[in-house]
Amino acid sequence: MKPGIAGTLESNDAIFTVRPASTRHVVIHSVVDAFYHDQIAQVIETTLDELAITGLDVLCEDKGALDYTLRARLIAAIQRMEA
Amino acid sequence: MRNAAGRVVPDGMPAFAGADAYRSHSRVLLSQEPRKHPPVFYSSLSAVFAAAPVVDGMTLSFHHHLRNGDKVTNAVCAEILRRGLKNLTLAPSSVFPTNAILAELIQAGHVTNLRTNYINGPAALPIEAGKLRGLLLMDTHGGRARAIESGELPIDVAFLAAPAVDRNGNGSGTMGPAACGSLGYAQPDLHYAKYVVLVTDTVVDSLDRIDLDGAFVDAVLVVDSIGDPEGIVSGTTRITRDPVGLKIARDAARFLWEVGAIRPGFSMQTGAGGTSLAVAAQVRSLMREHGIRGSFASGGITGYYVDMLEEGLFDHLYDVQCFDLSAVRSLAKNALHQAISASRYGNPFDHDPIVDQLSFVILGATEIDLNFHVNVTTDSFGRLIGGSGGHADTAHGAKITVITTNLTKARLPIVKQRVTTLTTPGEDVDVLVTERGIAIRPDRIDLIAATRNSRLPIRTIEDLLQTAHALSGVPKELPHGTRIIGHVLYRDGTVIDNLYQPSQD
Repeated sequence: MKPGIAGTLESNDAIFTVRPASTRHVVIHSVVDAFYHDQIAQVIETTLDELAITGLDVLCEDKGALDYTLRARLIAAIQRMEA
Repeated sequence: MRNAAGRVVPDGMPAFAGADAYRSHSRVLLSQEPRKHPPVFYSSLSAVFAAAPVVDGMTLSFHHHLRNGDKVTNAVCAEILRRGLKNLTLAPSSVFPTNAILAELIQAGHVTNLRTNYINGPAALPIEAGKLRGLLLMDTHGGRARAIESGELPIDVAFLAAPAVDRNGNGSGTMGPAACGSLGYAQPDLHYAKYVVLVTDTVVDSLDRIDLDGAFVDAVLVVDSIGDPEGIVSGTTRITRDPVGLKIARDAARFLWEVGAIRPGFSMQTGAGGTSLAVAAQVRSLMREHGIRGSFASGGITGYYVDMLEEGLFDHLYDVQCFDLSAVRSLAKNALHQAISASRYGNPFDHDPIVDQLSFVILGATEIDLNFHVNVTTDSFGRLIGGSGGHADTAHGAKITVITTNLTKARLPIVKQRVTTLTTPGEDVDVLVTERGIAIRPDRIDLIAATRNSRLPIRTIEDLLQTAHALSGVPKELPHGTRIIGHVLYRDGTVIDNLYQPSQD
């Protein structure tokens, strides 16, 4: 299966790259990591919980996206992976 | 001890005591010494170093009118390296990314102290890493003029880029391949440095205008090129097309209109950034619509202001530096477009500084806090990204100081509980305009009253902070480093804040 990718590297956006996996594994690279790492991790975990996804490799390359953008990009990446 | 802005100042350093504290001091002026001999012309920098002479421990100065096209500072740095000189203090009026060689000089201890008004680019990196053995002192543009004329910043040798020079050692900023226009920031160095070198690539029989008086020049160094014209033009001299920036500009102009600041004879300054120019564009259309003519616009001048002058919207332009080549051409041909010195521009002790006559100024911020304190020196990590330049000078002088900025940038709230680094004190700032509302400092009851019945989105700054936090979340507090690497000086030379080595991730 191909990885699912969504987003851009514009300021205020993020790119998510997701791959199937047996457990959740989340990697975050963010320009605001020092200030918002925990909140970004929380948004990703909550979104995966809502989608009942227990296994996924998630790479988040963040350029200062707000929570709703992170959420939307993550969902889109997952849907593209499944397509 | 704590200074008047609540920041801890190390013992022995003069503490900021309030924006008007300078009024209880009198001006200190060194005498200007016209030279007894005509300047000597050289074709090698090494020969100038020998003649001056440049030796260990000296203070060397430069101006930044060639901005990111500057080759003069870099050539002098290369000669310092070649000679292995030590313990020098450099005092350029600004440091740009092109001055990367300075990083090497700091690393190796050739340069141990740096005093400047603005620093951006690779030269900042070793300073942030704690490699500068002495201190980084950051002045305002007006404060640097004050420091030099008073002898607080004594300059041994000034290397002043001069786009064209005549046989008598006079310099012009508007001729030659590296014409950059006004040479306002070079004036204190020219008049008070112990040894003055003009560096030029163009020697002519007669100049169109004299920006640098040859009576104060000891040596003229003729080189192939002093600067790259591409780099001279400031990066951001176009009106923004970002809809958020345009909304901020529209609201800022509407605010100024509502409070009656745009009226016959008014004066203004904006930066050359995209949002600032968009404010100018809004003001321009209000002036046309209502038939209003202003007295002057000042500061770094762009072609946009040249057009407004030529359209008859202002009586004069007062130009301390040209931001583009259209401004350079205008300065050369239009008598109403006048070059001014750094001192006339913003020195608190000048008899009538231009900044004090401003009706309003539009400025930016990387951070602004609940006290309206503004940071334009570091980012929220404490990394060096700029400096006051004329920020604190114009903010103090102008009757209305407007800060325009997005409420958040790449998620980070620009409104903070407390700014990381304090550049301009809140007492010099009046209004914050963001895309999500306008906050007026509570003690400007005149501005609050004038906008009470307007449809402007007036809110408190606390409210704007709440909105930012609702959008982004509350950012984690980063402890600043404990090691002091320098100080931010207010325009009177007092310490308004310290610069700390950023904590490493």
